[in-house]
Amino acid sequence: MSQPLIRIDHVTFGYDASRTILNDVSLEFQRGKVTAILGGSGCGKTTLLRLIGGMVSANKGQVVFDGEVVDARNKEQLFKLRRRLGMLFQFGALFTDLTVFENVAFPLREHTDLPETMIRDIVLMKLNAVGLRGAAPLRISQVSGGMARRIALARSMALDPEVVMYDEPFAGLDPISMGVTANLIRRLNDTTGGTSLVVSHDVQECFMICDYAYLMSSRGVVVAHGRPEELNASEDPEVRQFIRGEPDGPVRFHYPARPLAEDLQVKA
Amino acid sequence: MTNPITWLGAGTLNWLRSMGAATYFFVDLLKNSPAAVRRFMLVVAQIHAIGNLSLVIILASGVAVGFVLALQMYYALVTYGATESLGLIVNLALVRELGPVVTALLFAGRAGTSLTAEIGLMKAGEQLAAMEMMAIDPKSRVLAPRFLGGIVSMPILAILFSTVGILGAYVVAVLLIGVDEGNFWSIMQGRVDVWRDVGNGIVKSAVFGLICTFVALYQGYETEATPEGVAYATTRTVVISSLGVLGMDFILTALMFSTP
Amino acid sequence: MSKKGIETLVGAFVLLGILGLLFLALKAANLASFSSRDTYTLQARFDNIGGLKVRAPVRSAGVTVGRVSGISLDGKTYQGVVTMELEKGFQFPKDTSAKILTAGLLGDQYIGLEPGGDEKNLIAGDVIKQTQSAVVLENLIGQFLFNKAADAGSGEGGGKK
Repeated sequence: MSQPLIRIDHVTFGYDASRTILNDVSLEFQRGKVTAILGGSGCGKTTLLRLIGGMVSANKGQVVFDGEVVDARNKEQLFKLRRRLGMLFQFGALFTDLTVFENVAFPLREHTDLPETMIRDIVLMKLNAVGLRGAAPLRISQVSGGMARRIALARSMALDPEVVMYDEPFAGLDPISMGVTANLIRRLNDTTGGTSLVVSHDVQECFMICDYAYLMSSRGVVVAHGRPEELNASEDPEVRQFIRGEPDGPVRFHYPARPLAEDLQVKA
Repeated sequence: MTNPITWLGAGTLNWLRSMGAATYFFVDLLKNSPAAVRRFMLVVAQIHAIGNLSLVIILASGVAVGFVLALQMYYALVTYGATESLGLIVNLALVRELGPVVTALLFAGRAGTSLTAEIGLMKAGEQLAAMEMMAIDPKSRVLAPRFLGGIVSMPILAILFSTVGILGAYVVAVLLIGVDEGNFWSIMQGRVDVWRDVGNGIVKSAVFGLICTFVALYQGYETEATPEGVAYATTRTVVISSLGVLGMDFILTALMFSTP
Repeated sequence: MSKKGIETLVGAFVLLGILGLLFLALKAANLASFSSRDTYTLQARFDNIGGLKVRAPVRSAGVTVGRVSGISLDGKTYQGVVTMELEKGFQFPKDTSAKILTAGLLGDQYIGLEPGGDEKNLIAGDVIKQTQSAVVLENLIGQFLFNKAADAGSGEGGGKK
């Protein structure tokens, strides 16, 4: 295995002292591959993306991007790092005061000096890649959830980043849109030769498109990792419960409570 | 027994911490302002959103205040037979105090809450985070232009308030009540000083613009990303802006107008 | 809203503001008077300037011909030194007198110039020789009481003789 493009090295992180979200986790993301980060809600998957993007700093351990340690306080380094990253937020995070076209053009207008004609061509091509070239003049309030996701994808690809991070790209989509999105993620990754990180709890869709996957638990640790076939065949009860979607297993169904008899005040 | 004391202590520390955070934010806004001036089109768009769209309420209120001032001052002056000074009194009241202060209060209510809600919702919808991840500092792209837009808009709005106020007072006093027109203007012209009265009024409104815009932006930026959070933040904007404006008004008036 | 549209509206907004400012400055305040016309400086010394303030008018025969531009105290003679700017169009003889008068009974104070008969006129930088200080109400009352007491005293004295 060659040097990973991104490495999370024994990172421990919590927003405040009372709750640690990530507990000494280590992950590796290979260049050119689609890697999935799976897990239930609140297990720190989105936090991982924020760590890589330098929005937060690890309490312990470090994040290494292309051989360099990411320092959230070094503004210059962050600037260069973020130019190589594209991030797709969970609900698109489109700029509601701009049109679809202007949203995708935004990074181009801010970071490059390209003439308007070139920008127009690039934006239309990006929108075409996600199948929404016709929607260019629409306002954000006029597009559906699935469309918004795709527009956000086009926007995150506007500067042709090396790494694209997807935060729950399948959440809340209908089966068709899900299929479209999964297809797009894989195709864009392969055609651009870039690296993709997909954070999701949608096992089936992820396994269809990813080369490697990490499974995290709500305790903030990596429970298992491997290729989709390996994880499917795993005997670990936690892995099986998540992949098969079993309601009860190592992750308990019931929130911790007193015995039912006590709560209902029934004498045994 | 220790609970009230720890509560007070924690409260004070919290308050100090938030003052510190607010100061950092203010300094950040100032640091990003030169960059915003370079991208002047952003500031222009904000002057439109903040200033132009507030015109209706400011002008309407200005005329109304002018009407009422003329009426009330007339009743007060007629007892002393000093109605020819009506123009002067209305002018001074507007240009020195009511113009800057009332405009600021209306501004906080209309433009301030709109700014807070806008920024708060942008934060809730992760738009500001998305901008950061695109290596664009939201402070210089989104916040600083609004800050400058507010500081530029406020004096203009205050001037317009005073102007239509005086015109409104003229309509009531001269055209309706029958105060002498010549006296109305000439006594006003004789005693209102451009630099001391009009100029100080403009300085006041610039300071108020700074306060209201800063508070609005800060509340929006720091709000919790929930509907209740945004609603609470807009209320706080109006309350804190209003108190700040009235407080600063007292200080500025004392500084500017202490010697007759 | 197109970019051009917004720019135009903002331009109109700022223009409105400037017009308002001009209105306030010219029609509603005193900018129109004396700021741009040519003036020359004169000085006058008073024992007591009373309530005279800077920017008070300088009038002759009731017509405003200038403004007080500065007030200071002469450290040696302990007299009040009033500097005033007069419009160049108004010339006064060298023996003009300056009095500090009150507009109305309790109004603001201003400088009244009464021209003399000298053939030569005051030029810039000249000092008006004849001056009459402001009437201070307390002194007036004190003088009135003193006179009254003197009358009563001499009356009695006369009666006693």
